[in-house]
Amino acid sequence: MQFRLEKRLTHSPVMAMAVPAVATVLALLFCAVFLALTGRQPFELYAVMLTGALGSSYGLSETVVKAIPLMLCGLGISIAFRMQLWNIGAEGQFYLGAFGATWVPLTFPTLPAVVMLPAMVICGMAAGGLWALVPAFLRIKWQVNEIITTLMLNYVGILWVYYFVYGPWRDPKGFNFPLTAPFPAAAMLPTLGSSRIHIGLLFAFVIVILFVVIFRNSRWGYEIKVIGASERAARYAGMNIKRNMYIVMIMSGAICGLAGMAEVSGIAGRLQPSLSPGYGYTAIIVAWLAKLNPVAIVFVALLFGVLQVGGYLVQTYGVPASIAAMIQGAILFFVVGGEILTQYRIVITGLKGAEPADE
Amino acid sequence: MSEQLLISILAAAVTAGTPILYAALGELITERAGILNLGVEGVMLIGAVSGFIAAIATGNSWWGLAAAMLAGGAVAFIHALLCISLRANQIVSGLALTLFGTGLSGYLGKAFIGMPVPQPFRDQPLGLLAKIPFLGPIFFHHDVLVYASYLLVPALSFFIYHTRPGLILRALGENPAAVDALGSKVFLLRYIYVILGGMLCGIGGAYLSLAYSPCWLENMTAGRGWIAVALVIFALWNPWRALVGSYLFGGIDALGFNLQLLGVAVPVFFLNMMPYLFTILVLTLVMVRKGGRLATPGALGLPYNREER
Repeated sequence: MQFRLEKRLTHSPVMAMAVPAVATVLALLFCAVFLALTGRQPFELYAVMLTGALGSSYGLSETVVKAIPLMLCGLGISIAFRMQLWNIGAEGQFYLGAFGATWVPLTFPTLPAVVMLPAMVICGMAAGGLWALVPAFLRIKWQVNEIITTLMLNYVGILWVYYFVYGPWRDPKGFNFPLTAPFPAAAMLPTLGSSRIHIGLLFAFVIVILFVVIFRNSRWGYEIKVIGASERAARYAGMNIKRNMYIVMIMSGAICGLAGMAEVSGIAGRLQPSLSPGYGYTAIIVAWLAKLNPVAIVFVALLFGVLQVGGYLVQTYGVPASIAAMIQGAILFFVVGGEILTQYRIVITGLKGAEPADE
Repeated sequence: MSEQLLISILAAAVTAGTPILYAALGELITERAGILNLGVEGVMLIGAVSGFIAAIATGNSWWGLAAAMLAGGAVAFIHALLCISLRANQIVSGLALTLFGTGLSGYLGKAFIGMPVPQPFRDQPLGLLAKIPFLGPIFFHHDVLVYASYLLVPALSFFIYHTRPGLILRALGENPAAVDALGSKVFLLRYIYVILGGMLCGIGGAYLSLAYSPCWLENMTAGRGWIAVALVIFALWNPWRALVGSYLFGGIDALGFNLQLLGVAVPVFFLNMMPYLFTILVLTLVMVRKGGRLATPGALGLPYNREER
């Protein structure tokens, strides 16, 4: 059978939906090979992951809990990616956000919740935004590759937090564990009923609505799209590219910082090492899988929450939790590999043995 | 600083720089062929873990090295397939490779954490060369993989700048349509260089798990793959400059470690930040000096499509 690729005149909406779904299935099959080769029962494991994450109210609420930071970081990343600014520093911005938020209750422990929580949100977002400002500045001023600078700052940001929790911020009553003192009740985000699902979910929804409005109805959203599609066209149209780059990078970092704030204030209740099992990296996959669409990010984040919780649960079966990262990475492989199908169609030009029609 | 200490820091700079050097050389030929591979970190981790497992299974680190090259080439093949044949976004495919490599290596290596390597690559002083004062102990008191890298750099440099296939390699990254017009196979050659690049990154990873550490730890590359990507830019795609840059980074690593041993009053976390901050600094300096315009291979990151020539 012979075939060739023919460019589609318009992007195929069917393929845009089908590719991520098929990619997920193929990635699970692909990883099943590795699981089987290492002597495990892949489909039993998948079943355990799925029922563990979705089969009980505890599993469901944990899935949402893990999805919240993925949503927020995914949203933060998506706005930068739309402008072809490759911010892969969400992990560091997340930690800095947690750091900025923690500073508030540690410095002013007696504030009432109505002051404390907004102050934590502001400080967390400011810290995350400032962390993203450094790569933005270097990129805009001297064209320094932001992929590398944002990534390097992840390591620096995590070490920065480690310095504080192992040093000046360590709880004197904490038996020498690298933890800050637990937050006062006023510094904890409200939760849904008795579950661990916290208001951070609402933060994500607000940002989704904001993004939808910005990208559907605002001139600014249009500018971002144009700059992302073609910087030259944007320049001819007289758009201020530098200013938009600064705004977008700072917004991106601030939203990832908000994710860190929500995690310390909604879940951990204190600053600690390994606050994130790589949310900032997983969120890159979430954002791309969702085609940078804010509404889709919510759903993809929930799917990845399932993987995260499932990966955590299979540890009791002696399976390393990295199985989740492996599956997530594989999903991204298949998605980028399948994207060609949204832009091209496969045309069968002849059957085996027969002459191709057009050559 | 005593001469003894200086020598030991510089010698440590060479060993700490060697894994970065292998990875940077791998990325260098990949980018020269016009393909950006941001998956170096993942490929190194896969190389490190597969080399380690094979060395334990066979009791022979040479088999480990072979396994690391094979595995590095195999995962680089995935990237090649996506970027060359399926015209995928190279940035995202590379990120996928890093994330997948991190996950897969963590999964495969879990059972091997804490195991010793039966026969790691050990230091073998190189005869008379090792007796040269000052330089001998710095450059010729290492393991065989370090010596191999001494040969690889001039060989690669000669290949790129003074041979016909090297000329074609450079053209692949600058103007693949011209290579195509000359009758060379753009797609095949790009596959070959991406896979070779992956093999070198695999060696870089295996150097960590079989010679430098030698052990397996999850995420043991700790950003070295990304530093290698940055180094290729710093090196302006020249192997000799990649060598200098790698040892510079090795030196920062070694310096931090020695300052720690000397009990300097800087918290260890800040010392550990140095390589990452230094990467940003060096990259910025290069860009400032070149006014934001580098001699980047002209077709880097762009998929080649014969129909759109």
